[in-house]
Amino acid sequence: MTPPTMSVLPALHPSATQLPSGPATGLRCRECGATYPLAPEHVCVECFGPLEVDYDLDALRRVTRKSVAAGPPSMWRYVGLLPAGHDDATRVSLGAGMTRLHRADNLGRELGMRRLWVKDDSGNPTHSFKDRVVSVALSAAREFGFTTVACASTGNLANAVAAHAAQANLASVVLIPADLEAGKVVSTAVYGGTLVAVDGTYDDVNRLCAEIAGELPWAFVNVNLRPYYAEGSKTVGYEVAEQLGWRLPAQVVVPMASGSLLTKVDKAFGEFGTLGLVEPSPYAVFGAQASGCAPISAAFRAGHDVVTPVRPATIAKSLAIGNPADGGYALDSVRRTGGAVADVPDEEIVAGIRLLASTEGIFAETAGGVTVATLRRLLDGGLLDPAAETVLLNTGDGLKTLDAVAPVVGPTATIAPSLEAFRKAGLA
Amino acid sequence: MRGLTGGVAEVAVEGGTLAQVLAALDAAHPGTRGRVLDDGGRLRRFVNVYVGDEDVRFASGLDTPTPAGTLVSIIPAVAGG
Repeated sequence: MTPPTMSVLPALHPSATQLPSGPATGLRCRECGATYPLAPEHVCVECFGPLEVDYDLDALRRVTRKSVAAGPPSMWRYVGLLPAGHDDATRVSLGAGMTRLHRADNLGRELGMRRLWVKDDSGNPTHSFKDRVVSVALSAAREFGFTTVACASTGNLANAVAAHAAQANLASVVLIPADLEAGKVVSTAVYGGTLVAVDGTYDDVNRLCAEIAGELPWAFVNVNLRPYYAEGSKTVGYEVAEQLGWRLPAQVVVPMASGSLLTKVDKAFGEFGTLGLVEPSPYAVFGAQASGCAPISAAFRAGHDVVTPVRPATIAKSLAIGNPADGGYALDSVRRTGGAVADVPDEEIVAGIRLLASTEGIFAETAGGVTVATLRRLLDGGLLDPAAETVLLNTGDGLKTLDAVAPVVGPTATIAPSLEAFRKAGLA
Repeated sequence: MRGLTGGVAEVAVEGGTLAQVLAALDAAHPGTRGRVLDDGGRLRRFVNVYVGDEDVRFASGLDTPTPAGTLVSIIPAVAGG
């Protein structure tokens, strides 16, 4: 009889040397605390726990409001708090970050809230927050000596990797589920590079990438470069605090796929307090998911701290990660800060997109619709304080997910080119 | 884990269920079981185990059958995109 075959992963192939001097000192396992030198590794060999960047606190303390203000008008003004990109020669940047913090009085009024802001990351170079993480990851990739960068993506990361790699003269290999929205496929392919459509879900693609990463000397931004990549998300939180006038909001609502962004916004607020860049005031972090892929929300409701994977079925494809690697940590952040998690069905996601567009002139992708609709649910459920200052994160541009709203919006009337037809249609 | 298998990415062991496969793997390459299972004998939070194409969390966990010729993959959880 042929015995079962066992494939044992990972064994990564660092072509690594060392990162240029910055505040990062090494990697640490979030589960068991084992420490490692800075390298393109993401998994603890002792327990499979995720590795996170460790910093020299004294080095971080050199960052001041003044030094930040003297930096570029991009996420790189916070380079002193990031693990890569300290050398201009290897930094990879298309100018991501310092997106607008929009005061959303109309939406706030609609929802019965006193002060609501939208942090609009659709204003990034490839129109999503993924430009932040990719900028850090590709800077690290260059510093480690990689010449090929890669990722598994639900679309936004694909755009960001392909664009940044093109500008940085790095080869790119992007793997996506074959059923992605056409807009995300085209807006990745246009940058050149290799684009592979995989017949399967995002979780299937991610598994494939983890296996490829064990075989080829490539920098997978969300696999072997994950510790560096994930730190880029902190810059959203830093910017919110700086743009509010160096203070923290009382509440923040964040869409969740893997849960990483939420944990990093929490980390950013905490760091700013620890470093004395803001008064360390209390804040609550809220998570938003689509009901068709809500493993973190389900765990929150059930009181669990471990997330059970699900098979995604939602129009919010950028959030369709059924096996969220940071789900447990996201739950920790939410519970520690007194926040909550909720999820919304697809029809409410579409309604959320339309509500944000019609009240604030911001066209969000489906993830933004999830966040707006979840905010409404949290308010209706009495879980979020309408009187407390709240920031909602819009992580991507609606032009990427036209399919979601195309069936329900369109011309008010289609008429002949005559004044009579115009009047007849009741438009005058 | 390749540090425990002499650098080999793919090894062959016998066992009718995932639990038996992991036990056989540990007998051949001591220490591997502890990397995949916690002290209580449960799958660790950050490891994904597939029998064929199926995540065992959607199947029968450690009791998932592993007929002859089955490919069992042990893969760390990775972040999203």
